[in-house]
Amino acid sequence: MSSESVEEFRARARDWIRATLGPASGYAAAGLNHRPEEEELAAVAHDRVLQRRFFDAGLAGVVVPPEYGGLGLTPAHQRALNEELGGYEWPSRFTVPTMSPCGAVLLEHAPEELKREHLPAILRGEEIWMQFLSEPSGGSDMAGALTTAVADGDDWVLNGSKIWTTGAWWADWALCLARTDWDAPKHAGLTMFALPIRQRGIEVRQIEMLNGARDFCQEYLTDVRVPDTHRVGEVGQGWTVATRLLFHERMQHNSPYVTSPADARQGTAEASPAAIARDAGRLADPLARDLVGQARTLDLAGAALQRRVAAGIRSGQLPDTASAVARLFFTLAQVRASEIKFELAGGAGVAWDETDGAAAGVGDSFLIRQAGAIGGGTSEMARNVIAERVLGLPRETARDRGIPFRDVPRGAAR
Amino acid sequence: MFLDLTSDQEFFQETTAKFLADQVPPATLQGFADGVPADFEARYWRRGADLGWTSLLVSEDAGGGSISGRGLEDLCLIAYEFGRHAAPGPLVPASLAAAALGQAGTHPEALAELLAGTATAAWCHAEPSGGSLDITSDGGDLVLNGAKRPAEAAGRAKYLLVTGRLDGDFAQVLVPAAAPGVTITPLRTPDYSRDFAAVAFDGVRVPASAAVGPPGQAGQQVAWQAQAALVLAAAESAGAMRAGFDMTLAWASDRYSFGRPLASYQALKHRLADMATWLEASCAIAAEAAAAVRERSPDAAELASAAKAYTGQYGTELMHECVQLHGGIGLTREHDLHLYLRRVVLNRALHGTPAEHRQRIADHVVTREGL
Ligand SMILES: Cc1cc2nc3c(=O)[nH]c(=O)nc-3n(C[C@H](O)[C@H](O)[C@H](O)COP(=O)(O)OP(=O)(O)OC[C@H]3O[C@@H](n4cnc5c(N)ncnc54)[C@H](O)[C@@H]3O)c2cc1C
Repeated sequence: MSSESVEEFRARARDWIRATLGPASGYAAAGLNHRPEEEELAAVAHDRVLQRRFFDAGLAGVVVPPEYGGLGLTPAHQRALNEELGGYEWPSRFTVPTMSPCGAVLLEHAPEELKREHLPAILRGEEIWMQFLSEPSGGSDMAGALTTAVADGDDWVLNGSKIWTTGAWWADWALCLARTDWDAPKHAGLTMFALPIRQRGIEVRQIEMLNGARDFCQEYLTDVRVPDTHRVGEVGQGWTVATRLLFHERMQHNSPYVTSPADARQGTAEASPAAIARDAGRLADPLARDLVGQARTLDLAGAALQRRVAAGIRSGQLPDTASAVARLFFTLAQVRASEIKFELAGGAGVAWDETDGAAAGVGDSFLIRQAGAIGGGTSEMARNVIAERVLGLPRETARDRGIPFRDVPRGAAR
Repeated sequence: MFLDLTSDQEFFQETTAKFLADQVPPATLQGFADGVPADFEARYWRRGADLGWTSLLVSEDAGGGSISGRGLEDLCLIAYEFGRHAAPGPLVPASLAAAALGQAGTHPEALAELLAGTATAAWCHAEPSGGSLDITSDGGDLVLNGAKRPAEAAGRAKYLLVTGRLDGDFAQVLVPAAAPGVTITPLRTPDYSRDFAAVAFDGVRVPASAAVGPPGQAGQQVAWQAQAALVLAAAESAGAMRAGFDMTLAWASDRYSFGRPLASYQALKHRLADMATWLEASCAIAAEAAAAVRERSPDAAELASAAKAYTGQYGTELMHECVQLHGGIGLTREHDLHLYLRRVVLNRALHGTPAEHRQRIADHVVTREGL
């Protein structure tokens, strides 16, 4: 199969997609949706079935080596698949964060046995993975993790708390960053572990967001035993692994590990600005059309920028940290798009019924306008990365370097 | 501007960059406040033609030739360098006129002059509000009446490529700038290494052979030229943004306040990060639009408008931020920053403002979404 040309692959994918898949539906994508739990669980179950269908059709794990259940093909094949997916449903929970960044980082850093067990399981739709990185004490300063792992025979014992994982209550496994050495400097005392979420010792609490969604979770880890064989990367190398998670996450839909419609607009759950304008009765209004044009301009420029950054990183013309450039653009464009939609919806955005069509409920989405600029790393942190790592400007002074982590000043525990 | 250059393209771009740095360094441009001297520009343009600037949109059969087989992208590289050096010269009108002649296979002598850089052309396309340009057939002749403005580089052009309406359909005609009935009135502009004019046509009579392509069937060619003008403006603005940004980055690193470099203040670092993002996005959208227009792909018009809308808005946004981060010196004529600011200010309003292009994009969206 590895000799399959991109065009052969594309033709095969197209035939299968058209014969098999349903249309992309409003709420199919994983995200911060406000809806009954049964519906969310049904959507998760459907994603598992969908992923299995991709696998059985020989369309899962396009760039993943065959020994781990994938096809061993190229990013160009993945792009072809994504292009053919436009307008169709896809297993979003298996793309982000399961396959990228989690699967991608397993491939890079996990021990052989772990890879052979879990990558095929992911590709078969059996395992949804999460990132356990942020903690109540801080997400931006991720290397300041307080969750602690202590060696005990061939195991590690983890205690602490992780937070802001979207969907942990229906997920299976997690990559968990933990401190294994409090006497080493901040970045040097961390180690990454793979662990099943549903086990005694992990309590998952759903957190209600201000739009009513309950996908955000906090996890409490109490004496969780993790065998050393489930360690991902060397002891003390957790930060290196974590930065790869961030890297793959920032690549978003340009990651070769991500299966999702290439035309992102066709894949999103939300109504388009133009549809909102129509249903608000404003499609002929030149002001409304200016906003529609603005949103589309940002879409097109953002997509072009994503492709440029991905290509530049692939060819080595841009540093890996340039992914923060695309990330920052995306966060700001999302914020602006949310505002544009709210503006277009007019009064129906804040007082609506079913007759308001696409304009209904836009105010609810606008409440969480900043979500995209916080999740996946804040826009401020992206600016720090660009300034210091891409442009090479002076680093901020920090009080956490070159001293044992236990001596680093900390705020009051939350 | 493009990341995926061939080594030939890299060499081509590099050669032009060196030439511009040598011929029109900031100190020279600073002396052009009253316009670029005619003899200087003529010599400079001929040498540019030797470097290949004029031939890129013309096929080899017609005497032209590109570097990569993707002529419009090659020309965008030059436009980018023009922006980066705030360079003078009728790059866009001369190239588009040559493209039109080459495509139609007419006017071989005029085309040869344009390719050699011994003559230049202006494209008379934009019209004053409420204006129009009517072309009528009269015996064996074509007669032009109406007005065009702004027409870039019309003041020194030997030829005018005039776009007008013949019985309601687009036609293009090549008119000698010296033809009786043509009046060229210079306009003022903030970018003093460019020049613009208003051109009036009062019963201008040319033989039918002046037509560029079959009269009344120029619609597609005109649309293509207009899209090409948009992506070239976008590429040029991206180049000017690069120059302004690089200067500002260097300035912020070298200048101290309160005992530390400006570039060490997080508030300013964050703004520089935003600017870097606008700059990369400008390069990205300009490059994708250029490829789409060159391929005449179905989304070319929308992408060209998006490139123009984005670089128009964020080009000036970035350059004004550059001024802001320079402080008082950024507002002066003696500092070179204004050279690049002038270019993005010009390009923002030329060929349609960002808001006008957003309206066009909305039309595409509404059509595509079937609303
Ligand atoms: C939708 C969503 C999904 C998420 N999914 C996950 C997940 O799956 N797994 C996971 O581990 N986490 C997840 N997160 C958490 C997310 O990564 C963190 O919320 C984020 O990194 C910020 O951390 P914080 O909330 O602790 O805020 P803080 O780090 O406390 O930051 C508070 C504010 O201070 C600013 N700030 C902090 N440090 C600096 C600095 N040095 N310079 C300038 N400004 C600074 C921040 O930008 C922010 O504005 C998710 C968050 C969201 C919103």
